[in-house]
Amino acid sequence: MLEVKDLEVSYGSIKALHGVSLNVPQGSIVTLIGANGAGKSTTLRAISGLIKTRSGSVTYSGEDITNQPAHKIVAKHLCHVPEGRMVFANLTVAENLRMGAYLRNDKAGIAADMDYAFTIFPRLKERINQAAGTMSGGEQQMLAIARALMSQPKCLMLDEPSLGIAPILVRAIFDQIVAINKERGLTILLVEQNANLALGISHHGYVLETGRVILEDSAAALLKNPQVRAAYLGD
Amino acid sequence: MSSSPAFLNGAKRWLLVGIVLAAVVSMFSGQFNRYHLGVIVDIGINIILAVSLNLINGHTGQFSLGHAGFMAVGGYTAAKISLVVSPMLPPALQPLLFLGALIAGGLLAALAGFGVGVPSLRLKGDYLAIVTLGFGEIIRVIVQNMEAVGAASGLKGIPKYTTLGWTFGLAAVTIYFVTSLVNSTYGRGFIAVSDDEVAASSMGINPVRYKVTAFVTGAFFAGIAGGLYAHHKQFLSPTGFDFLKSIDIVVMVILGGMGRTAGVVVAAILLTLLPEVLRQFSEYRMIIYSLLIIILMMARPQGLFTWNRKKGAA
Ligand SMILES: Nc1ncnc2c1ncn2[C@@H]1O[C@H](COP(=O)(O)OP(=O)(O)OP(=O)(O)O)[C@@H](O)[C@H]1O
Ligand SMILES: [Mg+2]
Repeated sequence: MLEVKDLEVSYGSIKALHGVSLNVPQGSIVTLIGANGAGKSTTLRAISGLIKTRSGSVTYSGEDITNQPAHKIVAKHLCHVPEGRMVFANLTVAENLRMGAYLRNDKAGIAADMDYAFTIFPRLKERINQAAGTMSGGEQQMLAIARALMSQPKCLMLDEPSLGIAPILVRAIFDQIVAINKERGLTILLVEQNANLALGISHHGYVLETGRVILEDSAAALLKNPQVRAAYLGD
Repeated sequence: MSSSPAFLNGAKRWLLVGIVLAAVVSMFSGQFNRYHLGVIVDIGINIILAVSLNLINGHTGQFSLGHAGFMAVGGYTAAKISLVVSPMLPPALQPLLFLGALIAGGLLAALAGFGVGVPSLRLKGDYLAIVTLGFGEIIRVIVQNMEAVGAASGLKGIPKYTTLGWTFGLAAVTIYFVTSLVNSTYGRGFIAVSDDEVAASSMGINPVRYKVTAFVTGAFFAGIAGGLYAHHKQFLSPTGFDFLKSIDIVVMVILGGMGRTAGVVVAAILLTLLPEVLRQFSEYRMIIYSLLIIILMMARPQGLFTWNRKKGAA
């Protein structure tokens, strides 16, 4: 579904990615783990068109989308929830969700998806008219995911959904990620610091180190891999 | 969206209030002396300038210091057109000419807005402010050297077409247009872009288009204001459009509470009246004016009028 080949990205003169290749099969959950600054967010940004790549290619549903502008890539149902839960602080929860459906015109479908968002994150319904900027971090993260779902993604990229959120909420959010994947058949590319939790719900995993993929395997195998356990699972 | 009809009503209400106000004030215009009349027209023109700049600086979160430049483009264009055409027209057609001249001025200003908006897209904050400031100054220098519009000695003898009715009618149209634009589903994109550009583009919003739209629309209305100004003062000189004029408008937007149309309107009224009220202090006038503004800014950095706005209400 999503294939990344030899992606190279630089910020100014500093190279952040030195040829990253990934494959995310349709219907799967794939996790990208790695230390701070390894280039995880950069990889997602390059895929979703938020930054330009220097070389390499991104293929999505058989189409080359390398270096297309971000708003065109969303239109192809490849959606990115950026790091740091960027909700529209001055808009309400409902308005944020409607912004997620910005490219859609089907009123009935939008209403149905909004209901779906409220079933997976009931808290959002309670706060429907609250300004998003005044919600707690966890609630904002839920909103960011729900908002992304409003754009009818076929493939969803989540950047650190657990960042700064209490363990109990993290669990709830991850459960919903699995539910979205199962119920809606959404393909998910996940970036996480919490490698244990992320690999626990994933099919496949990649380990990134200083802009390179150093290891890839099934999630179950990575969880058992002594090298991974030592470096990322705190053994 | 569920709340949009209410907002639309809000915008329509503004239009109605503006038109009624314009009509009532026009009826009494015989009773005002020329000075008062002049100040009231100034207020209307400043409302148009502040509300249109608010679309760029407030709602879309850019920072333009070029509004006086757009105003100059519109003012000179409209003035030149009526100077050339009015001798050929019977008096009955003069209002039509005025409307045409205003729109032509607005359109040319919008074109200038496009010209500034597109190359400045990559710029933010201070850099954008500097570029737009430079643009305003370039316009001024061009006008200063253009014989066709009177160059440095100014453009004289512009017909006195601007009335209270025209001014407040067009102020109402500006408020109506900007409010309904921002409160439409499409217009929520302006707020989204100013809140978070990255998140906005990951929703499929094209920030570029919104920024340019804001510049073009804002410049159009600034051009209209320029045309009203020209046919109000009957004299244009390049010095009237220097960057201090742009800063005056920026201050109205900031004091009004960026992005809040109602607040910006009130700020435009207050800040037009303030220097007039301070006239009695003659030479200390501008010092007191500046001090008051500094105090206001320090006391209420979030804008003077932070009544609890219903989220998204303009
Ligand atoms: N906007 C930027 N300008 C310059 N360098 C950047 C920028 N964004 C990221 N980098 C650099 O690129 C490298 C990869 O950063 P990236 O954000 O992709 O890391 P990450 O794996 O997501 O880390 P984290 O887990 O901390 O989020 C880092 O060295 C970082 O300093
Ligand atoms: Mg990151």
